Amino acid sequence: MIPFRLTREVLLAFALLVLLVLVATRFPGFVAPSNLAAVFNDTSALIILALGQFIVILTRCIDLSVAANLALTGMVCALLNTVAPDLPIVFTLGLALALGATLGAVNGFFVWKLDIPPIVVTLGTMVIFRGIIFLISDGQWVNAHEMSPRFTAFPRYEILGIPMLSWCAVLVIALVYVLVTRTSLGRSFFAVGGNPHAAVYTGIDVGRTQFLAFVISGTLAGLAGYLWVSRYAVAYVDIAGGFELDVVAACVIGGAAISGGAGSVFGIVLGALFLGVIKNALPVVDISPFWQLAISGSAIIIAVALNARSGRAKGRIILRKAEHAHEPV
Amino acid sequence: MPYDTTYSGAQPPAGAPILALNGIEKVFPGVKALDGVNLSLYPGQVTALVGENGAGKSTIVKILTGIYQPDGGQILLNGAPIAFPTAQHAAAAGVTAIHQETVLFDELTVAENIFLGHAPRTRLGLLDWRAMRRDAQAILTSIGADIDPGVKLAELGIASKHLVAISRALSIDARVVVMDEPTAALSHKEIHELYELVEKLKAQGKAILFISHKFDEIFRIADRYTVFRDGQFVAEGRIDEVSEGDLVQMMVGRSVDQVFPQRTPTLGEEILTVAGYAHPTEFEDINFTLRRGEILGFYGLVGAGRSEFMQSLIGITRPSKGAVKIEGHVRIIRSPAEAIREGIVYVPEDRGKQGAITAMPIFQNVTLPSLAHTSRNGFLQLAEEFDLAREYTQRLDLRAASLDTPVGSLSGGNQQKVVIAKWLATKPRVIILDEPTKGIDIGSKAAVHEFMAELAAEGLAVIMVSSELPEILGMSDRVIVMREGRIVAEVSGDEMTPQTLVRHAAGIGQEDAA
Repeated sequence: MIPFRLTREVLLAFALLVLLVLVATRFPGFVAPSNLAAVFNDTSALIILALGQFIVILTRCIDLSVAANLALTGMVCALLNTVAPDLPIVFTLGLALALGATLGAVNGFFVWKLDIPPIVVTLGTMVIFRGIIFLISDGQWVNAHEMSPRFTAFPRYEILGIPMLSWCAVLVIALVYVLVTRTSLGRSFFAVGGNPHAAVYTGIDVGRTQFLAFVISGTLAGLAGYLWVSRYAVAYVDIAGGFELDVVAACVIGGAAISGGAGSVFGIVLGALFLGVIKNALPVVDISPFWQLAISGSAIIIAVALNARSGRAKGRIILRKAEHAHEPV
Repeated sequence: MPYDTTYSGAQPPAGAPILALNGIEKVFPGVKALDGVNLSLYPGQVTALVGENGAGKSTIVKILTGIYQPDGGQILLNGAPIAFPTAQHAAAAGVTAIHQETVLFDELTVAENIFLGHAPRTRLGLLDWRAMRRDAQAILTSIGADIDPGVKLAELGIASKHLVAISRALSIDARVVVMDEPTAALSHKEIHELYELVEKLKAQGKAILFISHKFDEIFRIADRYTVFRDGQFVAEGRIDEVSEGDLVQMMVGRSVDQVFPQRTPTLGEEILTVAGYAHPTEFEDINFTLRRGEILGFYGLVGAGRSEFMQSLIGITRPSKGAVKIEGHVRIIRSPAEAIREGIVYVPEDRGKQGAITAMPIFQNVTLPSLAHTSRNGFLQLAEEFDLAREYTQRLDLRAASLDTPVGSLSGGNQQKVVIAKWLATKPRVIILDEPTKGIDIGSKAAVHEFMAELAAEGLAVIMVSSELPEILGMSDRVIVMREGRIVAEVSGDEMTPQTLVRHAAGIGQEDAA
């Protein structure tokens, strides 16, 4: 039997290909390698956040605070840069990761120790994080001219002709892939989301596992925060406003089960790229922003409908088998 | 069997039954749950339905309330044949059930709960809140319940919720009230209030079917009894014509058609000692020892605290007191992970919910509790995992296309094998099996029993929690009986008789038992 996950990814890759072909018929330049690389670069932040979100969703939780975490971490990095412009980037990166992890740990703590539903916790912290940005920045923008060249150069620094931002995404994809498929923690994420009751009996601490998922999601959001602010060379209260919905959408389109315990890194990356291509391609083929939103929205609903249908079909098979399963154990 | 004649010999009760089930049959795939049972309910009388677990009590309740359809037999309402194709039909005929877990809505008011689905309407077709409140108050008062119909159900205790459920039953003009273990979750005082209520319902001419495992309350409030055993009708009659001993005999006196594996247990050294385990609400003063190669049965009624104790033993819940000694070393088990490390594993009763992770492949399920051994520094060793999974799935003779197959696509029996393989793969010292054969057919049961015998022969210590007497008697070397959170007896050898165990479990007068 071919796992559905695989066919789902093939389907998604095929949809992405069709989309590219359609765009290419109108605007051949879009599929030039250099442009595709640019699209990937443009989607890097989404990929990084979506992979963090994927881990959280695997454990049957959701993190709505990722975009606010990104904005807060980005603002702190930008403010630090204004007071210490010559700080080596490695420190800025370290700060971004640590602060992001801390903000994620706050979410995780409330979910683990106080047993508050993740959607409520992260809805709250989402607003709180934005509020903190306002407090520390006084509502002011940090603009390009206030940032040191070193600060803004990092995401643009090219290795083998590919900008550092893209390399970061590639690195995150690789790390999350190893984490999810090759470590016992990764296995726990699937177990906790797949059947929390069973996970408890097998000696997995469900709350702690969910906490760690939030920490990882927060860390990646922190990384994305610095990359975002330095790439666009601006920081203010509302950057990446509403971006958490794109992140969740990328996961859903990529085949992550909202009920937890299912999905793959490859699928999530494809899901993010699918949204990235729509976002970048539709303007160049002269389709109005309204259609962009409508197409993104339709993609989400189609993806969820596919998930729901596959879930139902599976359920029926299990039931049928269980009803007639009276051969000796 | 002398009791089989009791039915024809019983005195005809006053009046005709309001509801009679004659020769009811119900077949599930592979299992005949009911085989021609009779049940008669009389107005103004309480009929106690007694039988062991698996006797068919819940099935007959479901037929009575229109949830299951019988495959044979007849239902007579006031002497006229009737069918209950849906629960609504049963309710319309005045049959209502108050279940073990009362099905009500916490966020609605008491009045809404009572009238949900048949609320009084105003002329405009809108809810008539005033009438609803007034009528709810009237019903509550009629059963002597001091409950404000305007409060939310969530604010009430379990006993009060029962009263609301009963009020709801009365609001649809019930003629037959089914009470399925209504006292299981109630305190002493609440139980007495329930008895008074039952008397009131009797006085109102309701026919009451009372299902209970507790003999004291059966003899206190029932007028008649009906006994089922293994899906068959055994006897019925007036309660004042039988003794507790007679009822026990009717419940357990079976033809032993189940064959258990022949074992000659070789008991090794003591492996586990439990001393003074207690929990604030579930159990207290649990002491016992367990030896290598032994099968120790835990018998008791549902709710006696057996599973709760086992879950505490493996660190799911914390005991308030107590210690364990494992191979001579005192240990504190604070989490399932520690229990697994100490070699104590628990195969839960609800294997669907607490067992397999259905979206995961077989091999990942099998190795999940053993990941500490099949990983290095947090990194999985997939080859070792596969070897471990292959070894134990082969041992359990699990046939699947590939170990990569998601468990959800396996049959129920194979899913069980995955769950058991998972625990054996941890190489435990003590394996606790909670109701290992619940809900599986006779053939599969025999296979599980064989397997248990094999494990014990290999030197594993086995604890078997079971509510099925034949299984307890057939498999155990020694039996601990629990009642209301305490160990009330520990029996072995010739003392292990059905009568002894049932008496201890049900708490039947000790002088009687002696």
